[in-house]
Amino acid sequence: MTKFSRRGFLAGTSVVAGAFTFGFSFPLARAQGIAGSEVTAWVVIQPDEAVIIRIARAEMGQGSLTGLAQLVAEELDCDWDKVRFELVKPGENRRRRRVWRDMATGGSRAIRGSQEYLRQGGATARAMLVRAAAEGWGVDPAQLTVAKGVITDAASGRTTTYGAVAAAAMQVAAPATVTLKDPRDWKIAGRPLKRLDTRDKLDGTLVYGVDLKLPGMLVAVPRACPVHGGKLVSFNADAVRAMPGVRHVLKVDDETVAIVADNFWRAKTALDELPVVWDEGPGAKASSATIAAMLKEGLSAETPFVGNRAGDAMAVLAKATKVIEAEYSYPYQNHAPMEVLAATARWTPERCDVWAPTQVAEAALEAVVAASGLAPEACEVNVMRIGGSFGRRLATDYVTMAVRIARQVPGVPVKMMWTREEDMAQGRFHPVTRCRLRASVGADGTIEALHMRIAGQSIGAYARPEAVAKSGDPAVFQGLNQGGAEGAFGYAVPNLLIDFAMRNPHVRPGYWRGVNLNHNAIYVECFIDELAHAAGADPLAFRRKLLAGSPRHLAVFDAVGQGIGWDKPAATGVHRGIAQIMGFGSYVAAAAEVSVTGGKLRIHRIVAATDPGHVVNPQQVEAQIVGSFVYGLSAALHGECTVRDGRIEQQNFDTYEVMRLDEMPVVEVILKPSGGFWGGVGEPTIAVAAPAVLNAVFAARGKRVRDLPLKNISLGTA
Amino acid sequence: MATLNINGKAVTIEGEDDTPLLWAIRDHVGLTGTKYGCGIAQCGACTVHVDGVATRSCVVTVGALGEEQKIVTIEGLGAERPHPVQEAWAELDVAQCGYCQVGMMMASAALLARNPNPSDDEIRAEITNICRCGTYQRVLAGVKLAAARMPNRG
Ligand code: FES
Ligand code: FES
Repeated sequence: MTKFSRRGFLAGTSVVAGAFTFGFSFPLARAQGIAGSEVTAWVVIQPDEAVIIRIARAEMGQGSLTGLAQLVAEELDCDWDKVRFELVKPGENRRRRRVWRDMATGGSRAIRGSQEYLRQGGATARAMLVRAAAEGWGVDPAQLTVAKGVITDAASGRTTTYGAVAAAAMQVAAPATVTLKDPRDWKIAGRPLKRLDTRDKLDGTLVYGVDLKLPGMLVAVPRACPVHGGKLVSFNADAVRAMPGVRHVLKVDDETVAIVADNFWRAKTALDELPVVWDEGPGAKASSATIAAMLKEGLSAETPFVGNRAGDAMAVLAKATKVIEAEYSYPYQNHAPMEVLAATARWTPERCDVWAPTQVAEAALEAVVAASGLAPEACEVNVMRIGGSFGRRLATDYVTMAVRIARQVPGVPVKMMWTREEDMAQGRFHPVTRCRLRASVGADGTIEALHMRIAGQSIGAYARPEAVAKSGDPAVFQGLNQGGAEGAFGYAVPNLLIDFAMRNPHVRPGYWRGVNLNHNAIYVECFIDELAHAAGADPLAFRRKLLAGSPRHLAVFDAVGQGIGWDKPAATGVHRGIAQIMGFGSYVAAAAEVSVTGGKLRIHRIVAATDPGHVVNPQQVEAQIVGSFVYGLSAALHGECTVRDGRIEQQNFDTYEVMRLDEMPVVEVILKPSGGFWGGVGEPTIAVAAPAVLNAVFAARGKRVRDLPLKNISLGTA
Repeated sequence: MATLNINGKAVTIEGEDDTPLLWAIRDHVGLTGTKYGCGIAQCGACTVHVDGVATRSCVVTVGALGEEQKIVTIEGLGAERPHPVQEAWAELDVAQCGYCQVGMMMASAALLARNPNPSDDEIRAEITNICRCGTYQRVLAGVKLAAARMPNRG
């Protein structure tokens, strides 16, 4: 067997006969299940020096799988070229008393939430391997050094390898404490290494949830009541039973029916023919207009829920000679990951095994236990890599459904797979909100008072109702808080009131990449821009003054100002906008250059800066930041899920349009890790994408866009 | 029942003639590199080559094809040696979740076969596949790198 070699891979020269392997002769499937020595829960070492690093967090494209492995490998001092990964299963984690701890992946927390214990896991394994070598030689471990998995005793000139001592290391007591490296000394972490999980994405062999095949497997395609909260009344199975491939027509739960057939296309074809009667429930009366009215009412309602307060904003505004006021809104968005929802389950009276892409493996296991009626020990979830998720698979609805279907076909593996149309109808939508902002600006160009009233939907009220019923949903103030990782409001405003009126329509909300920071950043950053213009000030200079007491906010903000060349005029016809915010533990800013010609907006260039404290893999962080503009600007330009007769109108990418290559601006990324804290990178930048562009659009046409998406606005003559 | 030529092999599809090529490839032939994203020719995840032309296989039925048309999927594209597009993708670490990337690479390979040296604007106009992870900037760079590496250029 040829040894795995990344350099060979890149040269593209090493091809194994008979199979297209890109020179990798070590397929993951073989890494998994091959015997090795588990030195710590995170590190398994094989006799051929392969180092398998266990990954407990979800990989959905964000690249944290590689970053997590880098953190372990850094402290382990192993040879990065020999590193592979293995995904942890939640049942195994449960059986081993959560040795891999929290498996949830959301809120840009994969790295920042686990870096410390992962580095400790790597350092502990290193200490045990060194001790095993020292004991073998009868020397003091302190005199040994390690480089790339080779242990050296300089005194005697002897060397050995991790592969050679791993079995002995398993018998060595783990050290009580380990000292972690100073990030300044990192050699593997902090470097722009390539992903560990690329090869099977390029030759088509990666098995996503939708691709899984098991012997004797059937495929189920479900349809739930298109109005959320509605019920399944009846369906006429006889009308489709004779159609090709159809095996079962099933009630999945109170609101869902499914066809089980021998393949997806036949199941879908039959489902399209299936007569179904729904009781659509009270939600059926709702429309985008009724939902907007419900939110508007909240803008002036009394509310006790305050997120941030300083001084007495209401009193100052009541006396102010000039109050600037504006109202903004943000529509529903669908996650629309490229891979539709899917999960496979095999249920017998004794056992339930599930194969599922999920962001919350432990919650998925709980869902399997509940839906299967079996004991936790009798259930397992085989965690799969995900074809994009963006928060959608923080919900486990589809896992529950897959088990409920499989339970009705005992012993037969059933892959449940949604259509894109079902994915669009049964999303967990980015919540709708509206915001009314009122402010007065002093003669010195600072903000005297600001009241920001947000009215809208709480994700928590749907996802964690008990907690929110007790103490409200503080997450709605993301980016607007007095302090903390979820977003300190950076501007100095002596009289400030930010409050929230919860108004929950029937449409089910979810955590959509960027979450509440998305709309909050638009509201604040566009309105601050309005205040700057009202004060006759330059939008950059106006903000700089207000950010003087928030050095980290200011540093990324200044970086994009310089990067875009704010102090120099833009090219003829090109206009600029700028925005900053803090959230998910990180400080982010963006500046945009746009033009509007003949009613057509073109986004030419974006400069983005991020301070996430530490950067584990700069080229992956860059990919996250560039991708954030695609996600954020897709929403700003096109994204909108409207409601009519209670159901979401957009059913596919023809009406739920997203950004494509033709609209992609050039994005330049500035990483400014200042150290001392750990912030996330997958989400925060999305929040500045829209306001930077909206402010540039204002600069171009002198008229504000306060409701998204931009496709609804005629950008013709200003 | 239809007989198709997929990756150089004649295969008989035991399904209805109105089965889309995508599902024939995935479920009848068993090659799952070709992806479903929308089913309505919007996203390009299902892109294959039919006689060298990038084709959205979700909207072509097997009944409309014959054995004389040469269908190539990702499994066929790099069967003998990695296609320059695949090499460029690896070198630039283009893929994020990877789900759209097979379609991206198939569309890019077809573009380069037709136009070995496309301009940025041509790439932007021709590659209309959807990537929700937002890899477009590296896709653009990847097509250009692959163009520079294509054998028999010009
Ligand atoms: S699945 Fe064919 S274009 Fe989307
Ligand atoms: S890489 Fe995930 S959709 Fe393109």
